[in-house]
Amino acid sequence: MAQLAFRNVTLGYDRHPAVHHLNGEVASGALVAVIGPNGAGKSTLLRGIVGILKPLDGSIHLGGLDARDIAYLPQSADIDRTFPISVFDFVGTGLWRGTGLFGGIGKAAREKILRAMASVGLNGFENRPIGTLSGGQMQRVLFARVLLQDARLIVLDEPFNAIDSKTTADLLALVKHWHHEGRTVLAALHDMEMVRTHFSETLVLARGPVAWGPTAEVLTPENLMIAMRMCEAFDDSATACAADDVSSRAA
Amino acid sequence: MVHDALIGPFTEFEFMRRALAAVIALSLAGAPIGVFLMLRRMSLVGDAMAHAILPGAAVGFLLSGLNLFAMTAGGLIAGFAVAILAGVVARSTGLKEDASLATFYLASLALGVTIVSIKGTNIDLLHVLFGNILAMDDQTLLVVAFNATVTLLVLAVIYRPLVIESVDPLFLRTVSRAGGPAHLAFLALVVINLVNGFQALGTLLAVGLMILPAGIARFWSRDLTVMICIAVVAAVVSGYAGLVLSFQTRIPSGPAIILVATVFYIVSVLFGRVGGVVRQMFPGRHLEA
Repeated sequence: MAQLAFRNVTLGYDRHPAVHHLNGEVASGALVAVIGPNGAGKSTLLRGIVGILKPLDGSIHLGGLDARDIAYLPQSADIDRTFPISVFDFVGTGLWRGTGLFGGIGKAAREKILRAMASVGLNGFENRPIGTLSGGQMQRVLFARVLLQDARLIVLDEPFNAIDSKTTADLLALVKHWHHEGRTVLAALHDMEMVRTHFSETLVLARGPVAWGPTAEVLTPENLMIAMRMCEAFDDSATACAADDVSSRAA
Repeated sequence: MVHDALIGPFTEFEFMRRALAAVIALSLAGAPIGVFLMLRRMSLVGDAMAHAILPGAAVGFLLSGLNLFAMTAGGLIAGFAVAILAGVVARSTGLKEDASLATFYLASLALGVTIVSIKGTNIDLLHVLFGNILAMDDQTLLVVAFNATVTLLVLAVIYRPLVIESVDPLFLRTVSRAGGPAHLAFLALVVINLVNGFQALGTLLAVGLMILPAGIARFWSRDLTVMICIAVVAAVVSGYAGLVLSFQTRIPSGPAIILVATVFYIVSVLFGRVGGVVRQMFPGRHLEA
């Protein structure tokens, strides 16, 4: 059964596509790596899936999932780490689905938060402001929040960037644990060896889909070369997309 | 002697008691708003909005005199009009929102001063620009207290999404649609508190009792709740000390309050526990872990 279905999806900014005409499905419980060079549209695609960005064209179907059944781990750069909030409070925001605007954090919720922090090795960090954490510690904090969200679809945007091998191994084990629990996981990644070893399915993006399928079949030098040749530049004088004309005529 | 200087003015004169009550109400509501303005990097937006509300408040002032109802309504309309126009221009032209806001607030300030100077006297203009907390009547005090109460209630409602939107806006957008309404409600609270501070401090200094206490608090704590408490206390103490200074030296009350807050700010910059100059120069021996 498909957890996610893309129907001719185009996502972008100010009419310029970052991901063009994507079609395909992600099965429930799949573990999918999304790879591609910088500017390939990986983060844009993930933002489209979690509802931050509306498609310029086409549609994304979530297989009956409520938006609250989706957990999203953004890139660290999107977080204002100068804001005076403790690790405990930050991780606790993962309980939003239960607490909403006014719900309190009771004893059971406190224990949940502490358990999530312990699961990623953050014992004793409860009162630390997030601004004092290292990059790897902050990544653990983000994973702890995803754990609390207890979502069926988990979307991770470059979750292992700029962190050491031990932290990567710990957090990767968590991702595989989610997969074994039957959750659907999509992760934007750059480490090809990690993708080859741990992810059964891969989508190669280069502003459009280059290849999508079992990792062993998709992660070929040819496909990677096509992705590398992708044109990153915005073309201000670009004309309207011809593929849309073709599809509308066919319809 | 000390009692006469520090307590006497308030036991002896009703206008001083009213002014103290007003300054406490302004501090209770304005200081938490100032903390969020600062943390959301909107301090100068608050300053620009303070100027933007002038024409509306000036029209209210001309129609009804020093009636805070009319001035509040006019200020709110002008403030929202400038905020919306600046937002529309920024989104439809690609101009950055702060540049757009700067243009509109300058035009708004010029319009406001023109309206007051054409129809009013120089004293009226000085009153609008710098306020006079010592001239506060019962009705005005009640409006200030009402606005402060509304501010605290609304802030309590939007507190959680406001915090999450400040630190991780993308996350909030994935779990809730409360971010946009919370931001708009917050802007409304900024305008309400600027108009509230209008009577006491005038358009040029109204934002002072919001931003300076927030800046002071930043040097003493890394915890948001504690920062808000410190900002409120700093605002109340600045207000009280400013009123005493104004009473004893005949300095205008608004500038006196802001000058006292500035002294506290300088002391915080020098000796603050979090990032203060002295603390950075003499950090002490490093810790075990």
